[in-house]
Amino acid sequence: MKKNIVSNVVQNMKPSGIRAFFDLVLGMKDVISLGVGEPDFVTPWHIRESSIYSIEEGYTSYTSNKGLVKLRTYIAQDLKKRFGLDYDLNDEILVTVGVSEGVDVAMRALLNPGEKVLICSPCYVSYGPMVELAGGVPRYISLTEKEGFKLTPKLLEKNITPDVKAIMLNYPGNPTGVSYTKKELKDLCKIIVKKDLLVISDEVYGDLTYDFNHTAFPTLINARERTVYLNGFSKTYAMTGWRVGYVCGPKEIIAAMTKIHQYTIMCAPIMSQMAACEALSGSRKPIDEMIHEYHRRREFVVDRLNEMGLKCHKPQGAFYAFPSIKSCGLTSVDFASKLLKEKRVAVVPGTAFGPEGEGFIRISYASSFDHLKEAFDRMEEFINNRCR
Amino acid sequence: MDEILEILQKDARITPQEIAKMTKGKLSDVKKKIRRYEKEGLILGYKAIINKEVVEVKGSEVRALIEVKVAPQKDLGFDKVAERIYSFPEVVSCYLLSGGYDLLLVVEGKDLKTVARFVAEKLSPMEHVRGTVTHFLLKKYKEDGINLKSKDEDKRLAISY
Repeated sequence: MKKNIVSNVVQNMKPSGIRAFFDLVLGMKDVISLGVGEPDFVTPWHIRESSIYSIEEGYTSYTSNKGLVKLRTYIAQDLKKRFGLDYDLNDEILVTVGVSEGVDVAMRALLNPGEKVLICSPCYVSYGPMVELAGGVPRYISLTEKEGFKLTPKLLEKNITPDVKAIMLNYPGNPTGVSYTKKELKDLCKIIVKKDLLVISDEVYGDLTYDFNHTAFPTLINARERTVYLNGFSKTYAMTGWRVGYVCGPKEIIAAMTKIHQYTIMCAPIMSQMAACEALSGSRKPIDEMIHEYHRRREFVVDRLNEMGLKCHKPQGAFYAFPSIKSCGLTSVDFASKLLKEKRVAVVPGTAFGPEGEGFIRISYASSFDHLKEAFDRMEEFINNRCR
Repeated sequence: MDEILEILQKDARITPQEIAKMTKGKLSDVKKKIRRYEKEGLILGYKAIINKEVVEVKGSEVRALIEVKVAPQKDLGFDKVAERIYSFPEVVSCYLLSGGYDLLLVVEGKDLKTVARFVAEKLSPMEHVRGTVTHFLLKKYKEDGINLKSKDEDKRLAISY
């Protein structure tokens, strides 16, 4: 047998440092988990029902590589209605297997070996590895609590060198819940345009924005021609398991991405695409109710965390809070492990999302109000025993 | 609807403190509003929703939906007759409807006989009542927006990125 079975790229990829912690949580019973990165709602019934119906009707085949025309039409209409964006359903929209595939294919379509991509840290875990797998090099921009974990124009400018080709954005973001106002985005966009960067913008939490309206990146001046806009159905419509998302961008980029997509994935599953059609064309009522509920929980969660002495900036979107646990004098992993063992509450150590997450934990409030209350009572006991 | 009412309608156990947090309001204002709603009759009471499909309530319990045809009275319409009917404690709900009959009652009794007796002895002989049709309830699937099957477990992984 050859010595090097596994490719160098994969060998060099850093394994997740908190896999052991995850295994610990998954092996334990009766845990209240605030560590879940998906909605606690089940996909609304009208969406599930329409997918069941489509299976009964015999929709079990491949679809066009780019996705069902019907779905791309709805996506184009939805983007037009919400943001005034014009994307041609024929050659500027690609339906993907979740946003995850979108990120992967975007990186592979855009990067040459050694080209750098800016990624804000802490960030969702897969951006860096996707860049590496595509032959690129991630350059992490360290965000700080002092700046509310926001990318500032100054910080952005400082990190742009000639070998940087693109920037990965994610707002509202996982794990911090941070998002940007239109003004803030405009300021970032000016620099991005000046330095001629490409933008891969993961806006899957866009509908879960609470303090201001979400601004889609391609709506900014001179942004459309350089932006790969990523969105999906997982978070807004509570459809994580369906694995369906979409990418919009300039013709040239979508054509390149479609090439890769057709060889690797062929197409997103048709039953999921049918469900996504219903999500976009059916009743908004259950969706609006979910969003409203997250909003209320956010207020409760942030107040409660600050009260118990875990300093927490107010997240502008998604369903995450990212409080500091520095007052406890424990590392993130220690805090999370001890909290799990002593009080049976699971949270994700901030370091899961990059070294900048040390001293923080991620709390997901995609959990019923009863669970949140109970979990916070237990956390408060833990902090009173451990950290005072 | 006011947000406080919306929250309490979903879960009446949520405390004024928690409501204040959720709505970014002052605790004293929340308390004041709730007191006002109670006084003005916007909030009529608080109770737990018990799944009687699962719990054995003392003795068994029978529910019937009863259609009632009523001859309306001059000047009073249906109101007076309805009042006479819904004042019986056996009547849990009473609605005036359009269509083939006039009143729809939800009647509860400890067994079939009790309900039958109520219809035969109290309801049918009542002045202005022209006729009744009784439907006994066999199974409840959903009530007031709540599915009455046992709760679904959380199918998500306990932790994910």
